Amino acid sequence: MSPEIVARPHVENFIAWAKDKPEVVVLSADLTNSSEVGKWRDTYPDRFFSMGMAEQNMLSFAGGLAREGYTPYIHTFAVFIYRRAYDQLAMSIAYPNLRVRLIGFLPGILTPGGVTHQAIEDVAILRATPNMTVLETGDATEVESVLDVAQAVDGPVYVRMLRGAVPRLFPRTEPMQLDRVRVLSDGDDVALLTSGVETEEGLRAVRALRRRGVGVRHLHVSSHKPFDDPEILASLERASTGIVSAENHTIVGGLGSNVAETLADAGLGRRLVRIGLRDTYAHGASREHLMREYGLDAMAIVGAVERLTSERYGITPEELADESLDVEPRVAVAAANADSL
Amino acid sequence: MVTAAPAWQVRTRVAAVGIRLRVFEHVLANGEGYLSQACSAAEMLAMLYTRTLRLGELAQPIEPGPFTGTPGRDNPAYTTGAVYHGPIGPDLDRFIFSPAQYALALYAALIEVGRLAPDGLRQFNLDGGTVEMIGAEHSPGIELTTGSLAQALSQAAGIALARRRRGDTGRVWVMMSDGEFEEGQTWEAIANAAFHGIDNLRVVVDANGQQCDGLVTTVGNLDHLPERIRAFGASCEEIDGHDLDALDTAMRRETPGRPHVVLCRTDPAHGVPLLREKSPLLHTLRFASPAEKARYQAAYEAMREEFAR
Repeated sequence: MSPEIVARPHVENFIAWAKDKPEVVVLSADLTNSSEVGKWRDTYPDRFFSMGMAEQNMLSFAGGLAREGYTPYIHTFAVFIYRRAYDQLAMSIAYPNLRVRLIGFLPGILTPGGVTHQAIEDVAILRATPNMTVLETGDATEVESVLDVAQAVDGPVYVRMLRGAVPRLFPRTEPMQLDRVRVLSDGDDVALLTSGVETEEGLRAVRALRRRGVGVRHLHVSSHKPFDDPEILASLERASTGIVSAENHTIVGGLGSNVAETLADAGLGRRLVRIGLRDTYAHGASREHLMREYGLDAMAIVGAVERLTSERYGITPEELADESLDVEPRVAVAAANADSL
Repeated sequence: MVTAAPAWQVRTRVAAVGIRLRVFEHVLANGEGYLSQACSAAEMLAMLYTRTLRLGELAQPIEPGPFTGTPGRDNPAYTTGAVYHGPIGPDLDRFIFSPAQYALALYAALIEVGRLAPDGLRQFNLDGGTVEMIGAEHSPGIELTTGSLAQALSQAAGIALARRRRGDTGRVWVMMSDGEFEEGQTWEAIANAAFHGIDNLRVVVDANGQQCDGLVTTVGNLDHLPERIRAFGASCEEIDGHDLDALDTAMRRETPGRPHVVLCRTDPAHGVPLLREKSPLLHTLRFASPAEKARYQAAYEAMREEFAR
């Protein structure tokens, strides 16, 4: 059984959300419909600013607006935010700790546009940028709720945003929360930490592994920075066999590095297998093809667990494709309770 | 027939010479420093602070405080160098200083107009202070962190657009240097500000023909700058940046629907002709020998005596 697929959840949600927030303005650099704000522009034309295909000016300009009390929501492809205009991001937005929201679409290899369009080191760079908050959406519920999370932050926020057909993995009643992981399954053998679209892959892998008797504590990470939820270290400590991280990003500087830093800071010795792009650029092809080619799919997560346990489970891609992705109610409730603490 | 200069010109002239003298004195005491920027921009800065800008009044000059940390969520008491420009208001101007390498000249200007304590330059470039060599937004009179050049104009355009939406009548003034027109962002900013008709944005440029490597003409191509600026949609007036009448007229020009750029052609050795011997490397003055320093000391004394008369 497959999860509910929501078509373009950001489009209507952002319009409704911004209705009573006159301080929210949108800046776009010629990727308005591509960033799902075409209808927003038509709904609030006096709060939408076309900045031309000129990202350096757009980022600095947003800093100026933020200094005067507006909250600019920059909408463009993730790569053009941090690669094209990093000095502007750092000096005009991050250093002065301004309330600019950088909504980056097409994170990682989610685009057939090839290397120029694939943001593969954005989390690493922006995690290293002082004052930045770095968030990543993993499903439709998070696409809808990340706006409240971002808006509450007194400083700049970068969001890896999903667009188009987005699965709903988490109930609407469980919105994203800053610096809180979601516990998606429980087990003491392996801790699996996934972010973004890797969570869907992780859910498939965990179901199949569970049937083989492998206990996996699966955490979904939506907050790359801050990354201080005590549940993270607690889960890493419980993982008797080892830890797997999976990210739609290079394994240098992103989620896997975040986990490694947490382990080292705590003096905790655990094997860690990092799934992600292995210090390489990618190329233009379908998401499915690229996830298979670069080892980002559910089979790769199974393989990582097999490396840790030195077992072979005989799991096939066909079996993984058939997995139900519903989050178990018991774990979901536990996660909700933990969140309220 | 000789007519007496208007009173405002006397005050502006005094401030301009005062800026040069303060910077000159500092460079002599310090053994090196940014003198040519004060030579070229003294009239522009004096004009801005004594005549053009409408800034909030200060009860008294501000004594520069220590560095108290960078902006961030854990530093809620952080304030910017904008406090030296007085309280803000909807009808008041804002002044954004882009070439942070001119900070010494800016600090001198702030002292001349009673916004920075008279001995403020003693803290220049001191560890733990805010009167930094290449100022950041905690430094006196500096509202944005612009040491990475050509980011100020875009930010100022954002501030100007926000102010227009709020109905403010005050303007946003930016001072730039000509070298910043080699950065692509400057052209992005002009084109976009013109596209959005941001006419409360006013720019004054010190076109002294100098940059770090030497003469602008040997570093890049800034030919036909006024024509280029106009082609990008802004208004541009090219004047002699040491001529107070020309500055006053150009800075008052109304340009509805377009940002306005006053391109000031200036002499980086203005007031200190001795500096020409160092041409084309005028970015910072370093004395080659005690004898050379003595010649500069004599030039300073002569300037001070002439000023006293």
